[in-house]
Amino acid sequence: MKIHEFQAKELFQKAGVTVLRHMVARTKEEAAAAYDELGTPLAVVKAQIHAGGRGKGTIVEVPDQHGVQLVQSREEAAQVAANLLGNTLVTIQTGVEGKVVNQVLIEEGCDIARELYLGIVLDRAVQQPVLMCSTEGGVEIEKVAEETPELIHKEHFDPSYGLQSYQVRKLCQKLGIEGASVRIADRFMKALCRLYVNSDCSLVEINPLVVTSEGDIIALDAKVSFDSNAMYRQKEIAEYRDLSEEEAMEVRAAEAGLSYIKLDGNIACLVNGAGLAMSTMDIIKLHGASPANFLDVGGGADKDQVTEAFRILLSDPNVEAVLVNIFGGIARCSTIANAIVAASQEIGFEIPLVVRLEGTEVEEGRRILEESDVDIITATDLTDAATKVVAAISG
Amino acid sequence: MSILINENTKVICQGITGNAGTFHTRGCRDYGTQMVGGVTPGKGGQDVDGIPVFNTVGDAVAATGANATMIFVPAAYTADAILEAIDAGIQVIAAITEGVPVLDMVRVYEIVRERDVALIGPNCPGLITPGECKIGIMPGYIHNKGSVGVMSRSGTLTYEAVWQTSNEGLGQSTCVGLGGDPIVGTSFIDLLKLYEVDEQTESILMIGEIGGTAEEEAAAYVAEHVTKPVAAFIAGRTAPPGKRMGHAGAIISGGKGTAAEKVKALEAVGIEVAVSPADMGAAVVRAIAKKA
Repeated sequence: MKIHEFQAKELFQKAGVTVLRHMVARTKEEAAAAYDELGTPLAVVKAQIHAGGRGKGTIVEVPDQHGVQLVQSREEAAQVAANLLGNTLVTIQTGVEGKVVNQVLIEEGCDIARELYLGIVLDRAVQQPVLMCSTEGGVEIEKVAEETPELIHKEHFDPSYGLQSYQVRKLCQKLGIEGASVRIADRFMKALCRLYVNSDCSLVEINPLVVTSEGDIIALDAKVSFDSNAMYRQKEIAEYRDLSEEEAMEVRAAEAGLSYIKLDGNIACLVNGAGLAMSTMDIIKLHGASPANFLDVGGGADKDQVTEAFRILLSDPNVEAVLVNIFGGIARCSTIANAIVAASQEIGFEIPLVVRLEGTEVEEGRRILEESDVDIITATDLTDAATKVVAAISG
Repeated sequence: MSILINENTKVICQGITGNAGTFHTRGCRDYGTQMVGGVTPGKGGQDVDGIPVFNTVGDAVAATGANATMIFVPAAYTADAILEAIDAGIQVIAAITEGVPVLDMVRVYEIVRERDVALIGPNCPGLITPGECKIGIMPGYIHNKGSVGVMSRSGTLTYEAVWQTSNEGLGQSTCVGLGGDPIVGTSFIDLLKLYEVDEQTESILMIGEIGGTAEEEAAAYVAEHVTKPVAAFIAGRTAPPGKRMGHAGAIISGGKGTAAEKVKALEAVGIEVAVSPADMGAAVVRAIAKKA
């Protein structure tokens, strides 16, 4: 689960991680008032969306407006806020459709001596969280990792014990943090690692992390996301969820217990199991067409879920055919077959439907489909299914 | 022989009185697995179809001599259930439950790596030695006793692979579903070690997917230590970056964990990679021919 920068900074403040004074505005008047309230001649206005690359991103409606801008007067603050609010910001991470800006963050300026990078993620290979730092702040860290991996310094930590002071000292040495700043870094980094563990984060990222001329250490940016599996025990954080940032159909699918991700092809697929669902997308591509989605109906899919799955798939106007691929395990082919028949009676299919069933109760499932009056193209195996569904859209 | 489990394995189910626990305990027993007991705290003394229920894993082990468990308790209690099983001396633990917080698994793993225990999962279908012992939720009848060791990060895609190897007339030695989470108890490498020395296993099929670097690590291990033919398939060539594809662990992040990278690493060490998911069984046959 992702949250906004202003929410992440709220968490930072509670955890004892230094951020600059800032306010959130939802109108240009609020932005002007926030500028006055902050009272510093230089401030920055930042669009709040769940995607990175905002500084270089541009507003569709006001093409020369970027998602992050320095301002030096209340009028300028109001103008930039007006350009951003209610408009669509496109960044390298949003895709061409972009995201609508519903709020902006206005933050006081600061005296930047150095820009560093700090991130905490789970290192799957080591099976522990890892704190990563780099002197190359303010730029794309993926690029640094690719081109100059030696400039990224890592310290793993056990969640039960947290980050240790000697680890902070090692990192400070590599980052060129000296004198009184080392003690500040110690408090700062330990607090972030505690936040990562206590809040069940999956990512904490500060880029840039700023060292000021006075030697203070400040989180200029804040990006935090969470382990969705742990939200049952993170009630306060779950409140931060902003549904307007998520794909509406993906939210609807999740509510029905389905795992759905929209893609930009024209063959919809309905599959049981995540691995088989990905493979079904892959085989569609291998046969020269493009999948319209990833959809895993799960092991215990019933008639209502399958019907809802079809509604979601068919709501995508790009979809020209549907491929159902079920390998029954827990899920019985007969249940799925009954659900297909019921869904077709309820929704009605106007586009080709290719069905491949295998596994538990496959004979019964095939019989149900044959005896129904639903117009179905049956397939015997994966290749047959892919061939038939691709032929259906090109024929 | 086979790996991890066989006809002598005695299995309990933690969470036996829940719907899923009861259903799959019956399924495993009907397959022929020695289901010797179950555990649900507070329900000790009851039974499920004549299978005794105990309050603790320790009680169950003392009374039945169980050496394997399958866990169906809710996600919030899964870490605790795994630790209880380890504490009671259980050697093979299959955690079927989906949705376990990843930091719970980080902590559990600290214990697992210090003990002589095989934790399979969480978020997995379990494991099966065809004709001898099934611990988990897979449909038993698609499996045939045979020579292919199948290991996979997926559930239903494993069934597909098993079905294809059965159709090729090869059958399986032991099939293990590792689970779809970012941190799982048993890795491809752990299983490669076991398959390599297992007499029944003559070839190995590895089914990976996007996210993490488990396949790359396995490829490096195969190059150094595995003499048996290895075939592989990687799911998610068409998956978009930054999106979690159903499994918590199936995500391309920061441009890392793509199918292309994994396929490249596997092919570089001579592993026969199936391009299509329909080609997994045939890929095993090609891998065997290549080594012959």
